[in-house]
Amino acid sequence: MKTAEELLAIIKAALPGAGVELVSNPSPSAQHSLLLGSSTAVAVASFLRDHDELALDYCSNATGVDWPGKEVTEKMKVTKLVEGVETVVEETVKRVEPGYLEAVYHLYSVKHAHREIAGPVVLRMRTANRTDQVQLPSLTPVWRSAEFQEREIFDLFGIVFTGHPDLRRILMWDEYEDHPMRRDYVDPDDYEYEPTPHDEVLKRAEAQKAGIRESGVTA
Amino acid sequence: MSSPGFKTYRPPVMEVSEEGDELLEVAMGPHHPSTHGVFRMDVALDGERVVKLKPVFGYLHRNHEKIAEKASYLASMPYTDRLDYFCSLTNNWAYALAVEKLAGLEVPERAEYIRVITAELTRIQNHASAIGFLMQEMGASGTPLMYAFREREKILDLFEELTGSRMMCNYMRFGGCRVELPVGWLNKVRVIVDGLPRFIDETEALLTGNEILMARSQGVGILKPDLAINAGVSGVMLRCTGVNYDIRKVDHYGIYDRFKFRVPLGDHGDIYDRYMLRVLEMRESVEILKQALKDVPAGPIMDPKSKIRGFRPKPGEAYGRIEAPKGELGFYLISDGSPNPYRYRVRPPSLINLTILEDMCLGQNVADVVLIFGSVDIVLGEVDR
Repeated sequence: MKTAEELLAIIKAALPGAGVELVSNPSPSAQHSLLLGSSTAVAVASFLRDHDELALDYCSNATGVDWPGKEVTEKMKVTKLVEGVETVVEETVKRVEPGYLEAVYHLYSVKHAHREIAGPVVLRMRTANRTDQVQLPSLTPVWRSAEFQEREIFDLFGIVFTGHPDLRRILMWDEYEDHPMRRDYVDPDDYEYEPTPHDEVLKRAEAQKAGIRESGVTA
Repeated sequence: MSSPGFKTYRPPVMEVSEEGDELLEVAMGPHHPSTHGVFRMDVALDGERVVKLKPVFGYLHRNHEKIAEKASYLASMPYTDRLDYFCSLTNNWAYALAVEKLAGLEVPERAEYIRVITAELTRIQNHASAIGFLMQEMGASGTPLMYAFREREKILDLFEELTGSRMMCNYMRFGGCRVELPVGWLNKVRVIVDGLPRFIDETEALLTGNEILMARSQGVGILKPDLAINAGVSGVMLRCTGVNYDIRKVDHYGIYDRFKFRVPLGDHGDIYDRYMLRVLEMRESVEILKQALKDVPAGPIMDPKSKIRGFRPKPGEAYGRIEAPKGELGFYLISDGSPNPYRYRVRPPSLINLTILEDMCLGQNVADVVLIFGSVDIVLGEVDR
């Protein structure tokens, strides 16, 4: 089996401008992955599947990962004019790193199963952000095994796979609106569903009712 | 929160086939006795012929993955028992294997032997019950299933003595096993393993040449190898099409390369092949058990480096998989250096083996849908998670 670096070289030689990057994995498992650009992902995936020597014909696992945006504080040295004198001042700068959603695929080769396999070939794709640009190309046309798994990613993470033949919710019901596997998902308050609220739940239910009476807005 | 089934229920709609005949839409499930739990198939029928089949999941969904991400690594171990509750020990092994890859832990020799012995016992009782359930659905009510359960009972007694629990074993740990074998346990296993070939012969004498079984299962629910590979089908379902892919042989995980065993392969990819493969796999498992029981070494059962308290793998990710009785069971973990996994994913063989359910059922009689579904061998606890 080829290492991720060798795979990257093969892809770059065959498909120039594919926009594939290596994402290294510091863990002892050393399962490094390839980051695909969303415009060329299907072409690269088909190439990996149909390549004679690689023949990655078996997509074992497909899943999503949520990476929310986070605030990073950095200390920067800035030259400033302080009382007419140029001095170097340390400033803490806060910036928000944008978050993204990620789809991860684990590939194996059934055709070359007899060969020593070091581990899976890992492909990743990332969305532009977590709110409105959550489209990724579907790899179901390449590997049918992604069909239910991409539906699950859509259901639980909210990644919209373009080109998927039947993109519906799979585990949650159709009318459900949220995506429960996201990191910022908040469990629903259960007083709405409790037939006989009591104690803590009753207090929250009454507070909710009072809020509705004041604002005149039903939640 | 109302149940998902109630909200998405639509009254049957009359559709029209290509020939202009009216189609009947039937909801098989969620409480159909053959669905092994709560699972629904929306089937459109032209007479008795299936023209469309859409599986509906989620009745047992409890978001296992989210719960595991809120708990520490070890706290998810007992919860993996509940995925495929027939095979808790192989679930434990798959999860332990993924964490061992993530944290770089070694497993002592004795623990590897115990893992192989418990996993192969699990495989035998799973395949025996799977055959029993399939026969139950075929109309052989009682006898084959009860024979299988009689054997399963003996194996569950062994598990109870070893782990304290019959089905929810929670036995493996990262870098080994939880407790040492009870005194005389291996001898009890030897006695039961020596009796297993007689049970398999008995099952075969009852079923393999049975005319009704052959008439109802041969040439029904055929799966083609190309589609099976492309759809990520694994386990018996993949091998019944003739594809030689057993993760015990491919990945060399554990100590499986020390044992001599064969991988049975099917030829036609129909229900009968799947039945036959399960019988043959039980025989091979008995062979593995006999070899493993011969030389269980003495020594520790835990890697001394592995920590129970304050277990924090270094940041990174790992995917580990094993050949569970139902297919390829994988766990994908991402660590951010905290005591909880950042991402915890189960690759459920039962769910992915259902991807091709519609392809197998199209053009078949509605009565055969029950058999085709039964021959996939799923557990809803794993499908819905």
